[in-house]
This record gives sequence, C-alpha cells and structure tokens, in this order.
Amino acid sequence: MSDPVIQVEDLAIGWGDRVLMEHLTFDVPAGDVFAILGGSGSGKSTLLRNLIGLEVPMGGRIEIRGVREGEGDGVRPAFGVLFQSGALFGSMTVGENVALPLRQWTALDEASIEAIVHAKLALVGLGGAEHQLPSEISGGMKKRAGIARALALDPPIIFLDEPSAGLDPVSSVELDHLIRTLSDALGVTTVIVTHELQSIFAIAKHCILLDRDARGIIASGDPRALRDQSADPRVSRFLNRRAGEE
Amino acid sequence: MRGRGERRPPMEITRVDAGAGRLALRFAGAFPADVVPAMRECVWQLVGRPDAPIDLDLSGVESMDGSTMAVLLELRGELEHHGTEARITGAHDALARLYELYDAAGRRPTRPVPDGPTSALEQIGREVAGFGEGVNTTLDYLGSLLDAAIATVRRPANMNWADVTRIMERAGADGVPIVVMITFLVGMVTAFQAIVQLRQFGADIFVADLVALSVARELGPLMTAIIVAGRSGAAFSAELGTMAVSEEIDALRTLGLSPYGFLVYPRIVALVVVVPLLTLVGDLCGVLGGVFVSMLRLDITLTAYWQLTLQVLDLWDVASGVLKSVVFGWAIALVACQRGLATRGGAAGVGLATTSAVVASLFALVVIDALFTVLFNLYGV
Repeated sequence: MSDPVIQVEDLAIGWGDRVLMEHLTFDVPAGDVFAILGGSGSGKSTLLRNLIGLEVPMGGRIEIRGVREGEGDGVRPAFGVLFQSGALFGSMTVGENVALPLRQWTALDEASIEAIVHAKLALVGLGGAEHQLPSEISGGMKKRAGIARALALDPPIIFLDEPSAGLDPVSSVELDHLIRTLSDALGVTTVIVTHELQSIFAIAKHCILLDRDARGIIASGDPRALRDQSADPRVSRFLNRRAGEE
Repeated sequence: MRGRGERRPPMEITRVDAGAGRLALRFAGAFPADVVPAMRECVWQLVGRPDAPIDLDLSGVESMDGSTMAVLLELRGELEHHGTEARITGAHDALARLYELYDAAGRRPTRPVPDGPTSALEQIGREVAGFGEGVNTTLDYLGSLLDAAIATVRRPANMNWADVTRIMERAGADGVPIVVMITFLVGMVTAFQAIVQLRQFGADIFVADLVALSVARELGPLMTAIIVAGRSGAAFSAELGTMAVSEEIDALRTLGLSPYGFLVYPRIVALVVVVPLLTLVGDLCGVLGGVFVSMLRLDITLTAYWQLTLQVLDLWDVASGVLKSVVFGWAIALVACQRGLATRGGAAGVGLATTSAVVASLFALVVIDALFTVLFNLYGV
C-alpha cells in the first residue's frame, strides 16, 4: 500500500450529542479509489462531511496530506468534492461553475480560464456544455459537471458522495469508467461514499465497511476479497447483497 | 354473526366449541379492509368475557386484505393482553403467507419512540434552551460575518462583486413600480385624512406640511423598507435556503469560498445602496400623492403646493429618512440571509425560512424605526 494521503485516528462523529460512529481509524492510500461503504443510516455521509471539514468531529484526528483538519481554513482547498446532487450553482452556467474555483484561487487571465474550463468539461464528456444552465442538463450531466468543477484546481484528492445515485445503469457504468480513468491517468486519490456494490467492485481497490449497530468499521480491505473471503456474516451479507437472517 | 361488509360473500364470524376446553371463532367469507370496524365489534361481542383459550379459525376465509390481517393480529394481542390465550389457525395458501408476513413484521424490533415533553416545566426548559440556541446561532452568524469582512478587506477578491449589480437591479430597478404605486397611495391617504381633520380648524392649507413631513421622515422610508422586505428579503431567504438544502452552500465551503463573502455581503451592499435610493423615489411619490388629492379637494395649484412643501421641508427631514433607510436595508439583508443560510429540511424548510425572514425583517424594521424616533427626539432633530 502506498503512503496514506488521509489519516484518520480514533475519530468520533455524530449529530448534536448523539455519537453515530466512534473509534474510526483508517488510512487512505495515495492514488487509489477508496470506498466508504455501509447501509442506509450507517453514517457514511456524516463521515464524509467530517472528512471534508463541513462538520467538526466529536473526537479524534483527521489529517489530509499531513495537515490537520481545521488548520487549512481560508486557503486553497487540497481536495475537490462531488456532492450527491451535483450541487452546481443554479444561477451560473456550467462553465461558470467550473471557472469559479479558478477565478477564486488563481491569477489566471480569462482566456486561460476559458481554455481550462473547456478542457475539464471535455475530460468528463461535456465539451460544449459551457453555456448551459444546470437546469438545462440531465442528472448524469450534472454529476459529470460536478466532477469537472471538483477537478478544476487539479486537486490530489477528490471526494465523491453517492456518484451513481439516481442514475440509470448505463450512465452509472459510464461514470464508474470515468472515475477509474481519472484515478489511473491523473493519479488522483478518489474517496467514494456509496452503497452501490457493483460500482465498488468495478473501481475500488480499498474500502471500509461501516455498521450502524457496531458504531464503527467492521471490515476493511479489498472489496472483492472481503466479499469472497470474509468470515464475518455482516460483511458477507452486505457485500453479497443478502437480506439479514431473522 | 354476519357483519356489515358489503362485498359478496359477506364476512361471517361464528362462535363454536373447539373441544378440549377451547373456544373457536370461525371466520368465513371475504374480509376487505372496510369490514375492520364490523369485524372488531363482532369479535368482542362473540368473545364476551373469555374464560377459555380462543382459536381464531380462518379456514373459511375466501379473501382478506393485509390491513384486515394486521387488525386481526392486533385483536389477538388484545385478547392476550386480557389474559386469554389466543392463536390464529386454519390460514391456508395465500392467507397463510399473508399471516406469516404480518406476524413476522409484528415481531421485529421497532425503533424506540422519542420521548415527548413530559411536563409544562420540561416544555418551558426546552423553549429556554431553544432560545439560547437561537442566540448562539445569531452570535455565530454575526461573528462569521465579521470574520468574512476582515477576510474581504485583506483580499477583496473574496467578495462576489459581480453579484452586487445583479442584486441591485433585481431589488432596486425591478422594485420601482411597486414602490411608486404604494407610496403614491400612502401620500393620497395621508392627505385625505389630513384634509378632513384640518378642515375642522380651518387649517387645511397645512396639509402640504403634514404630508411632506410624515412622508419624508416616517412613511417613505418605512413603506419602502416594508416593500423591500416583502420582495427582496423573501427572495434572498428563499434563494439561500434552496442553495442550503441542495448542498450548494456546502459546495461553496469545499471550494474554499465563504458563503458570507460570496452570498451575504453582496446582498447587504446591494440593499444598503438600493433602499435609500428607493426611499427617495418613495418620498417624491408620497408627496405627489398629497399633491394629487390637494389639487382635487383644495383647489390648490401644483406650484403653490410644491412651494409650501419646500418651505416646510429642510434637508435633515429627508436625510433622516434616508439615514434610517440605510439601516433598514442592512437589517433586511442581514435577517433574510441568516434565515436562508439556516434553512434545513427541504422544500418545507425553505417555506418556513422565507416566512420567518419576512416576519423577522418587519419586526426589526419597526424596532429600528422606534429607536430612531426616540434618538431623534432625544437630540431634538
């Protein structure tokens, strides 16, 4: 396993006073696709919000590329994020959405920004969509545009929250292929939060599996190996899509 | 006993001796969901005060809805609760599967029901705690605004200047027609009322003084601010609320942008500029409303009315109204953006935030106006 770019140690997360997960310890290796798995309500999205700094952990430590969370406020972000809905700014065109971080964090002239925006959109298969509003494109295109925006500043890490949710099977497979290609070609470390197992088996090399009842991580490793070899019935049941035995 | 079920064959429940000291209720016919009340009544009538174990025999049932099965299982539970052993027997084929489905569902652990408030004291405590949280949130918001202001001074690019002109156009230029109409009507109404009262003392010529002073110092700024709160305050809150529930605010943060610099300050700057300008337009239209009524009712000429108005108004009268309107604009934007950013819970949350923004803005306007009036009186201006 290569050097970790994200280190999480004894993390406790939750809402208000309610602890959802505790004693979470894991490393995300550089340059790979890393999946955070778990059933609905298991705390995947809360963990993601803690990793990207939108929530303050209840305890423990998160380090991204050696910087402790909270120490990097107000500086150029070290990562890009794709939200579940795409979260494109509705009052801006797709091109303006992608250009926004470039305008904020670089001193590039408009011609260069325009060229980069065009290239990033072409990279995700949206060349020519610069002038369309988010309301004029499909859900799959919004997610692609969201990935282009997340990649605008060429971050070494991107976080993807349920990238396949709400997509048809073909769009979902295309998005998986895009994520894998970006990871391989650009060396971007990709952290995916999902419960779409087919996607994970296709693109992720490492994963952790969260369990609501255990309030923590019940398995970590290669998702295919866990599916085929795990002796833990909870892990086997989840990864083999079997309903729980009563 | 036949029930009042309307479908054919009707439901029928009969009481028989099942032997071995057991009692049986034989269910026969169709049991759609609408026979549930009749079925409950029949069962309790037939059972009476049970002194033996009961079999609920479904062997004669031709069809039964899921809801009916659920109620039947509940009836079984009620019988057991009364100390009578009860069991369901004779279910066959599809009915057996239906029974197994609902019976298994009933045995699954249910989520604990959150405790509700148990006493008036606890409810008061919750309200006080909620108020404390509200104060905390507001202080947090103001602190974040201050942080963003410092960051913007250090790095002006943090502020989304491009949005300022767009918001000014929407809140200002687009709001002119309604401000013109409302303040003109307010000026008319004020003049009408003034004429009626002043005529009793033969002082109706002072209507110009009354309209000019009341419009410039109070009605113009206040009515304009109320219109802006209803139009732009609601729009700000709805826009930011929708962005909050669709994760756009979170996306801004992850791009390293402050929602305060990017969204709140452009709105504050826009309203601080636009509301005084609209107020001047409102002042003029209010006076024109007075002119219109006075020309009709007092046979006074436009020139004469205008001269009377200029005689009574000094620069401070207009400036005090404009000064108030600057604070009004600031308050409307501040409140509306705070409510918008705090939105939670989807479309319903956006509706609540918008309503709350308008109500809180109006409340703030009246409080600020009262404070200004007291201050101006204290300093005799």
